[in-house]
Amino acid sequence: MANSRTPVLEAERGSEKQESHEPVAGRRSLVSKPSRSDSVFRNVSYGAGMATVGIMLAVGIFLTLRATDALGVAGFSFLTEQEWSPETQKFGIAAVLFGTITIAIIALCVSVPLSLGAALLISEIVTPKVKTALITLVDLMAAVPSVIFGLWGVFYLQANVIPVSQWISTNFGWIPIFRVTNAAGELATEASAFTSSAFIAGIVVGLMVVPTQTSVMREAFSQTPMGEREGALALGSTRWGMIQTVVLPFGKGGIIGGVMLGLGRALGETIAVYMIISPIFVINWELLKTGTNSVSSLIALRYGESSQFGLSALMAAGLVLFLITLAINFTASSIVARSRSGAESG
Amino acid sequence: MTLIPEAAIPGTPGTPDAQTSSLAAPTANPIVVPLTIDPLAPPATAFVESLRDDGTVNLRARTFIPNSEGVETAARRHIHGTPLEERFNVFGAAAAGISVAILLFGWFAPLTGQVGWAVIAFIGFLGFYAVLVSLKADGQEVKDRIMISLLYSAAVILIGALLFVVIYTLIRGQEALPHANFFFDTMQLAGPLDPLTVGGISHAIMGTLMQIGMALSLAVPLGITTAVFLNEIGGKFARFVRTISDAMTALPSIVAGLFVYAAIITLITHQRSGFAAAMAIMVMMLPIIIRASDVVLRLVAGNLREASYALGSTKWRTVWHVVLPTARSGLVTAVILGTARGIGETSPVLLTSGVTAVMNLNPFDGPMISLPLQVFAFVRSPEPNMIARGFGTAAVLLLLVLTLFALARVFGGRGPGQLSVRQQRAVVARSGRDAVRLTISAARRERALELAQATAGSASSTTAPKETLS
Repeated sequence: MANSRTPVLEAERGSEKQESHEPVAGRRSLVSKPSRSDSVFRNVSYGAGMATVGIMLAVGIFLTLRATDALGVAGFSFLTEQEWSPETQKFGIAAVLFGTITIAIIALCVSVPLSLGAALLISEIVTPKVKTALITLVDLMAAVPSVIFGLWGVFYLQANVIPVSQWISTNFGWIPIFRVTNAAGELATEASAFTSSAFIAGIVVGLMVVPTQTSVMREAFSQTPMGEREGALALGSTRWGMIQTVVLPFGKGGIIGGVMLGLGRALGETIAVYMIISPIFVINWELLKTGTNSVSSLIALRYGESSQFGLSALMAAGLVLFLITLAINFTASSIVARSRSGAESG
Repeated sequence: MTLIPEAAIPGTPGTPDAQTSSLAAPTANPIVVPLTIDPLAPPATAFVESLRDDGTVNLRARTFIPNSEGVETAARRHIHGTPLEERFNVFGAAAAGISVAILLFGWFAPLTGQVGWAVIAFIGFLGFYAVLVSLKADGQEVKDRIMISLLYSAAVILIGALLFVVIYTLIRGQEALPHANFFFDTMQLAGPLDPLTVGGISHAIMGTLMQIGMALSLAVPLGITTAVFLNEIGGKFARFVRTISDAMTALPSIVAGLFVYAAIITLITHQRSGFAAAMAIMVMMLPIIIRASDVVLRLVAGNLREASYALGSTKWRTVWHVVLPTARSGLVTAVILGTARGIGETSPVLLTSGVTAVMNLNPFDGPMISLPLQVFAFVRSPEPNMIARGFGTAAVLLLLVLTLFALARVFGGRGPGQLSVRQQRAVVARSGRDAVRLTISAARRERALELAQATAGSASSTTAPKETLS
């Protein structure tokens, strides 16, 4: 307000003073005409924006258009059919979607305690030097390629997780999801029944999404007002008491948002899952048992042998996956933005 | 927003507007009163205690600590540092937990397995630690210690897993890495059963470099220009662009690969190529780079831009000479981290680049393999030598990513406008050069002025003002 008014006042004052000596000059126009370099800059950056939107809309529209062929044939059964054979017009994503979601949920069970603990430790407890080092390490973890996590999962983790799976299934076999049965319906105990399961894939994917979650949560926790923290400590609270009553409520939006962003990444993870699982096309409720599937592994598995119609069916599966991750990401970012901790950063 | 700052500047000429504002100031903002030297301003009621009757500030006013006699106070809590006793508690509890686990697993119970041992030892540690702490402290503090040790263990597990993944890959890769041919040969003449002294991954290294180079040469200019557009031009369309690019960060990488496969390979080129792979990587990296650069550019302080506009520069000059240089280190970091992500992406490449064992330097013709895909292709073979090659390739990929990450740390990690020691020195040197230049030109101007006076020879010494230089 003041900025726009001051020059006018100055100009008027100037003209009043000069009135006695010189004739009044016309009022100077304050609207500046963009110079040539400016208009070129404006057009170029508009062009870049349009190109970006063009590329991205092209992806979305192309996916949707190609997917409609298959969706038109399959109809609603696309979501309920478990088998995948587009050649016989009998295909659906019930089994692969189920597998994707179970792997993602197991991944969250692994990642949420780890990321919450690490984020609280980084933002509340350690000294600044250690803090910087930890942040760097967590960021580094986000940059490790997924194929390397997959290698580790296949060649190291699998052999070491199988005894744990066996133990869980013998001791908690009365809970349906932990039971492992063989073809005859009896409890299976041999190690080969536990390889390549959703459980192992979930652990690896969980480790991969921890960095995403940790950085979102840490960001939210670090914005807790110092005054509120000090208030809690001044009232005699312990550090954990302060975290429980001040930091966690303040960062609630960040926690939910971080968990959901991690979920989005876990759903879309391909190569590590593809390397670990052995693909099947039935819904498998026994999470510790060999065989599961995911939408992205389905695409990686079948893209090469597909006809045009088969590709269209894969596109439909990819589109469904994209829509799910899109919905999760937007919900997450709106939760973060609406929360108290996000309001100040936005 | 308001006109108070103008009023607070002494010597502002008394335009009608300024006068009203200096009168209005005390009610709007009482802090102005003791600061402005304005005898007409009435004293604000909020500051009565610190003001004497005559309106001057009482500098002796001080805070009194209330008498604490008779008031019950609790013992002071320790919230910082770790006394010896606490460290002893941790060590003692750890020793006790490990002993219990060894006892249970070795003698008393039929338990086996490393994971089970670790879990029992950890539970034992927590239990003993709680008991040890409770000897000296109350329930709240016991809870505090237990929860904080849980937080520490979460971080230890996390960092341990990370280091384990990295070190495991590097150690398993040692079998293949010492052979020089591994870096300089291709797999063209090497069969699955050949020893590690035959064959290498130079074709995959070249493939990775070419693909990421092509992807970067498109994604970086486009991404950064888009981010500049979002921040500097704005408007409705910019908001739309931002929404779309945020949406695209949710695109699973395999779907990006499928798009390129269906749109470019099956419809146009009819063969897999390095170019198609670069397109897939570009579609993946573009939203990441836009988002990261957008965040960095948003952090550039507004007053820098305003200062530039106030000096009369155009928008383009402001962006080029103020905004981008200020955000340079952040932008470099954004690009490098995006590159690290792009190099490691396997799934879009799996669909688009194709697997080959020969060196292919033409991105538009024939399959061109890259490092992550080569890892994937190697470890699908059951032969131990191929798996060793796979780990060697993974180690090379990992070292590449670690190098990029280290570069990002060297360049970045600073907010916009924060300079490194070298940059600070450069700025000081430049400012020194400017000072010399200004002094010289001022001296020259003065001499010219004196010369002009001397040649004029007239007595009008008062009309020639002497320039004062700071």
